[in-house]
Amino acid sequence: MNFDFSEDQKNIQEQARSMLAKECSSASVRHIIDGDQYFDAALWQQVVALGWPAITIAEKHGGLGLSYLELCVIATELGRSLAPIPFIASVYLGTELIKAAASPAQQQEWLPALASGDIISTVAISEGKTNHVDCLVSDNQLSGRKSAVLHGMIANTAIVSAKNENGELGLYFAELSDSSVSRAPQDSLDPSLPRAELIFDKTPVIQLAGQTPAASALHTLFDRAAVLLAFEQVGGCEAVIDMAKAYTTDRYAFGRQVASFQAIKHKLADMFVAKELAKSNAYYGAWALAADAPELPLAAATARVSAIDAYYLCSKENIQAHGGMGFTWEFDCHLYYRRAQNLSTLLGGNPYWKGLLVDRLLAA
Amino acid sequence: MDFKDSAEQSAFRAEIRDWLSKNATPKSAAGGRKDQSEAYQDAKIWYKKVADAGYACLNWPKQYGGAGLSDIHKVIWSQEVANYAEPDGYFVIGIGNCGPAIMHFATEEQKKTLLPPMASAETVWCQMFSEPSAGSDVAGLRTSAVADGDNWIINGQKIWTSGAQHSDYGVILCRTDPTISKYRGMTMFFIDMNQAGVEVKPIKQMDGGAHFNEVFFNNAVIPDAYRLGEVGGGWGAALLVLMNERLAIAGVQPDGFPEFLKLVKTLHIDGEPISANPAVREHLAEWYYKHAGIKASTNRMLTAVAKGGMPGAEAALGKLVGAVMNQDIANYAIQLMGDAAAICDPAFAEQQAHFQKTVLFSPGIRLAGGTDEVMRNVIAEQVLGLPQEPRADKGLAFNEIPSGNQSR
Ligand SMILES: Cc1cc2nc3c(=O)[nH]c(=O)nc-3n(C[C@H](O)[C@H](O)[C@H](O)COP(=O)(O)OP(=O)(O)OC[C@H]3O[C@@H](n4cnc5c(N)ncnc54)[C@H](O)[C@@H]3O)c2cc1C
Repeated sequence: MNFDFSEDQKNIQEQARSMLAKECSSASVRHIIDGDQYFDAALWQQVVALGWPAITIAEKHGGLGLSYLELCVIATELGRSLAPIPFIASVYLGTELIKAAASPAQQQEWLPALASGDIISTVAISEGKTNHVDCLVSDNQLSGRKSAVLHGMIANTAIVSAKNENGELGLYFAELSDSSVSRAPQDSLDPSLPRAELIFDKTPVIQLAGQTPAASALHTLFDRAAVLLAFEQVGGCEAVIDMAKAYTTDRYAFGRQVASFQAIKHKLADMFVAKELAKSNAYYGAWALAADAPELPLAAATARVSAIDAYYLCSKENIQAHGGMGFTWEFDCHLYYRRAQNLSTLLGGNPYWKGLLVDRLLAA
Repeated sequence: MDFKDSAEQSAFRAEIRDWLSKNATPKSAAGGRKDQSEAYQDAKIWYKKVADAGYACLNWPKQYGGAGLSDIHKVIWSQEVANYAEPDGYFVIGIGNCGPAIMHFATEEQKKTLLPPMASAETVWCQMFSEPSAGSDVAGLRTSAVADGDNWIINGQKIWTSGAQHSDYGVILCRTDPTISKYRGMTMFFIDMNQAGVEVKPIKQMDGGAHFNEVFFNNAVIPDAYRLGEVGGGWGAALLVLMNERLAIAGVQPDGFPEFLKLVKTLHIDGEPISANPAVREHLAEWYYKHAGIKASTNRMLTAVAKGGMPGAEAALGKLVGAVMNQDIANYAIQLMGDAAAICDPAFAEQQAHFQKTVLFSPGIRLAGGTDEVMRNVIAEQVLGLPQEPRADKGLAFNEIPSGNQSR
């Protein structure tokens, strides 16, 4: 047993961390939240230049052919820095769904442009408040409405879930620049990773033609993305624990450091414990993901539930530890709190994943 | 990142699986409740059997009764033996805490004579740190050791000493200089529990058992050769013991989850499986991720230890999360079973009254080896580096520290 990342992987993480500390300050996150851009294009260009979107894409498809472990350490740092780029949308979701559901020929066609960052992808699977799919494809033309699509305003392509005339679920590749697609930004909890509504009106699409049926390809996608998101969430937890520690150490009340009050120390200890459990569960998920182990479904659900709980706890108690400052727009506490909420809603929230976890546990 | 056994480890696992299948009692064949002295005798027999087969203290050097293997081997052992009804953790305090103290501070001669019988539990050890006026604040202890030629004379009282009534030896922390700061005036020794001047009185616990004891010292004389470490070096020695304790209990301390899962898989209420109950499922998910998280955290710690690190204070996490979870699970299981759950008869109650026993015993685990609150302090101060609280004893000599009501 060797339950840790390798020295090389830790080096990649260190480099990512120092690059992001420089290039992705909270000022640049706020620039996206307060401004009229949907993502930090300059940062995205750097990330592309470093090859991060290409990490798990095979060399024959223009990728780096590395393992998911390298992607996990990068995810931690992107989560820590709140990077306002379409990495989740294009890499964990779009690229992974193409890998899970497209035919070899389609992968050959689409993956190189994703590896090189020439195109940004996303997935469009949500239509409203239920999981119902009303989008319809007939004659290779897609019509219908998708909502809350991550980075839907700037993605070049989307993989869209839709039914055919026989009512069968399928996954379809759509070019979002097509004139038949109209998009509108949606006001959302976390504008640093914005959402959009996409309306398709007879948009030409190509069905993903891999062997795996659409529903199980989506399950595979969710399990993989759950592990990657868990690392983003752990990175966020570590950032807010550091913030709470720094603020309460500098702040004095009743003639002493706020961090010396036991109620605050125990609060931070509880944040640390929740984060460590989430991190260890994410490690196990990373192992299962990288090894393509049969343990992945249970490990992924465990990592996801643990990470959602931990990030909620850490981000809300960080606000509490900052007192009134924590409730201001000016302090960064809310940026993490918003991100925690945003990440928990992607792929279905805690009750959904707890249900999966228990089903898988009882079946194991 | 590799979670599977190496070839060597999997061969070792196969070997001990085979040995256990021939030598250990399966859970299904385990008898009902045993009284304390019977349980103690069973444990001694088991430890001897394990030692004779060469599997005792796998991570200790061979010349001291171990097998010269790694911590990982010990974990593999713990994982496999957990499938059987054997008292494999019975002497964990002696072996896990006193063992390293002897290993680190005793002479070569002493190590060769004391450690092998400790490993096989032919001699049993206890740890005497806590006192009536010194629990969480263990450095507040007052049992005195006064030098007298080549001897030390010990007077005072220890309390909560697990297993003292069965022990041949004990490691004891004493005050050797009350006129300097409390952390510098302590020294560690070992002592023969059967010698003159040592008296052990069991204390009845809230669960009805009597595993822990008061130990009184009345002019007990020990040779200077029984000193462990420098005079005045007792605090550092105690920290070393506590650090090893973390490793000793890593992955061994129960959190109650496997028993809960078994219950959920088997219990029906009014013909309905309780695994279909949404409230039960909610708890199952939450306790599972904590259980899995503790296990994975232990594996991270062991990986760090295998690379030459020491278990850090973050190891406090497993105890902190696991102890209260064990209690909460027992309570919840009892809530699920209605009136029947009030019955402690192992022939009647689910899983031989595991939940009833646990609900009464688990409060002690949240106290022993550092309370929940102390564990949070440890994490806050030693892991996160937060400032200590203002202390009333700072800068004072031990004998000037305000002490409140010292009678219990
Ligand atoms: C089952 C069992 C077995 C044991 N076995 C042994 C043994 O073999 N050898 C041995 O030496 N000892 C043993 N102990 C003793 C154990 O280590 C102590 O009980 C423990 O350290 C607590 O000390 P105390 O009982 O004096 O409680 P106190 O220290 O008086 O604590 C009372 C309460 O105050 C809280 N408290 C104290 N200080 C702080 C602080 N700084 N911040 C916040 N809260 C605080 C505690 O958390 C607790 O809730 C055992 C105890 C039990 C229950």
